[in-house]
Amino acid sequence: MRVGLFVTCLVDLMRPSIGFAALKLLEAANYEIVVPEAQTCCGQPGWNSGDRKSALALAEKLIDEFEGCDYVVVPSGSCAGMIRVHFLEVFRDEPFLLARAERLAARTYELTEFLAKVAKRAQISGGFEGIVTYHDSCSGLRELGVKAQPRQLLAKVAGLELVEMEECETCCGFGGTFSIKFGEISSAMAEKKCANIEASGAQAVVLGDLGCMLNIEGRMRARGDSKTRVLHVAEVLAGVKEE
Amino acid sequence: MHFKPRATEALANATLQANLRKFQSTGFTALRAKAVAEFGLELFEKLRGEGAAIRDRSLANLDAWIERFEAQAVGRGAQVLYAESRDEACELLIDICRRYGVKKAIKSKSMLSEEAGVNEALSAAGVTPIETDLGEYILQLADEPPSHIIAPALHKSKEDVAGLFQTHHHRPRKDDIPSMTREAREVLRQHFLSADLGISGGNFLIAETGSGVIVTNEGNGRMVTTLPRVHVCITGIEKVLPTLEDFSTLLRLLTRSATGQPISNYVSLFTGPRGRHDSDGPEHMVFILVDAGRTNLVGGDMQEMLRCIRCGACMNHCPVYRAVGGHSYGWVYPGPMGSVLTPSYVGLEKALDLPHAATLCGACSVACPVKIPLPELLRKLREKQVERDLRPRAEMAAIRLWSWTAQHPRLYALATAIAARFLRILGGSDGMIGMLPFGREWTRGRYFPAPKSRRTFRALYAARPKGLPPAL
Repeated sequence: MRVGLFVTCLVDLMRPSIGFAALKLLEAANYEIVVPEAQTCCGQPGWNSGDRKSALALAEKLIDEFEGCDYVVVPSGSCAGMIRVHFLEVFRDEPFLLARAERLAARTYELTEFLAKVAKRAQISGGFEGIVTYHDSCSGLRELGVKAQPRQLLAKVAGLELVEMEECETCCGFGGTFSIKFGEISSAMAEKKCANIEASGAQAVVLGDLGCMLNIEGRMRARGDSKTRVLHVAEVLAGVKEE
Repeated sequence: MHFKPRATEALANATLQANLRKFQSTGFTALRAKAVAEFGLELFEKLRGEGAAIRDRSLANLDAWIERFEAQAVGRGAQVLYAESRDEACELLIDICRRYGVKKAIKSKSMLSEEAGVNEALSAAGVTPIETDLGEYILQLADEPPSHIIAPALHKSKEDVAGLFQTHHHRPRKDDIPSMTREAREVLRQHFLSADLGISGGNFLIAETGSGVIVTNEGNGRMVTTLPRVHVCITGIEKVLPTLEDFSTLLRLLTRSATGQPISNYVSLFTGPRGRHDSDGPEHMVFILVDAGRTNLVGGDMQEMLRCIRCGACMNHCPVYRAVGGHSYGWVYPGPMGSVLTPSYVGLEKALDLPHAATLCGACSVACPVKIPLPELLRKLREKQVERDLRPRAEMAAIRLWSWTAQHPRLYALATAIAARFLRILGGSDGMIGMLPFGREWTRGRYFPAPKSRRTFRALYAARPKGLPPAL
């Protein structure tokens, strides 16, 4: 079985270690991994900004690159949601591309969803000594139903204890371009998230999306908390240390 | 003033922020969750589907259902008038006031009267309007618009209200809520008894029977619709439902979604004026059914918005609304439904910020009792802005540059390699960027974490030794 790994533009630029952590988890589950080297962006920035043309061009590029795979796995709920849910609307008026998008959508998974549902033999090699709390990213949770899967997987990590924070399903305030259009509101929302993380007593917040990660970490450090770690679920599951 | 500067003021307003915090922790969201759990989560999901289907059926043949409603209502002795615009709605209302010699009008809650600016129009025509819903009454004294469609005075503190009552009632200041409420009741009672006209909204119109419905908690609505000589129900044309059975389904959804109640304290159906054998009720009953932009949505890609039953669940669950409150949205309807309705009814070009004032987190559409895909509608409005060339040039240039670069992988590799190094320099030793070029909004209140590696994933992956585990 060929699994295509779409690392996403934010992982590519901001946190390459998350891409390698995802790779390690998929390899440990005995899949043939394909990482199309020309992959870039799923088109979500254009799509959410109302620029259908931009989104369409990038969505078509992604389909070209990944449609030879049996599965597409994405370490991001929001990019997986773009492919699985929104591509169908992007190609609304393009029947041929729509048919290809539908086939790809049916094979696309967010990473923890794939590991919990499809790759049942996945070995969780990670280790984390301490208490973590999980932030449910909006798109993963509400577009894909990612809720139990990351928690099931984290439960297998030796030494890790999960506590739930208040409002774990509430948006952290990132929202893509929202964060750079309405910085003050976005930061105020991130502040509420950070306060809930702090109140949970966790040493780290674990999550599945880079946007939330940058937003929460940026606010966390700005409010003077240099200790609480902000980790991607792939890093925790694969036992990859931050460099 | 646009959404953004209003939101900045809202974030700095301590009373509002305290009220919003309380609203979030103990308000309607928690009550709704409890009511839905008691009803049964799966059953409620099924009910939402039924509610959406009923609203879609009503909208699919809106003209036919309105005709049926009119025939039934007229058969029961009511008049049915139509207003194409908000101004026309006010003109019809003022005509009615002249015809029946109205000097004072009491009002129960009506969002449409807020849309149309009924109070201002009545005052200008020499008719005194008195709001009788407690929240709306407080705001009338304060001369402010509502900040929530169900809890209009959400932004006011108890102290604010005590001050307003002291000033306007000319009585000693009271500081506890029961005494303040009693005082308002005493003052309003005189108005109830002396008004010539009662103006109500309409949560629903029932085509089968020609009835209007209001769903309330304070009981003022019942007095407004029965005590004065004339009753005018003013509401949107989209509120029509085919049958009473449909209404019962939507009522179950409405009260649970709005306030977490299995049913509200009062559910009033009014069918025609006082009959020959009735002991009470108005002598004249008029329905003013207002279009004001609604038919523009019928049959188009925004039609789902017309399903809305005005419960407020979308704003209760919206993290942006909970951060900035209702006044930031600038018109009658706040929160996600407002961000769709305002540009749709007032004009896309007049509310450019609103469709963007959302993170598209989806909490609203999950809570919506009639399954309106609000994030998708907001995105469609963004697309319409782009199609009509209403976005700032720099923003469109940035999006298109990104997209174009991402379509050219080699160029993209070069651009991201430069960006990674540049951002790491800006990040300094702790990797936190305090001032982001081309992204200054981001750093209003937080850092931008710099890339953790000088090389991108793609570069590292291409350079990894074959057959060996990837180097980190």
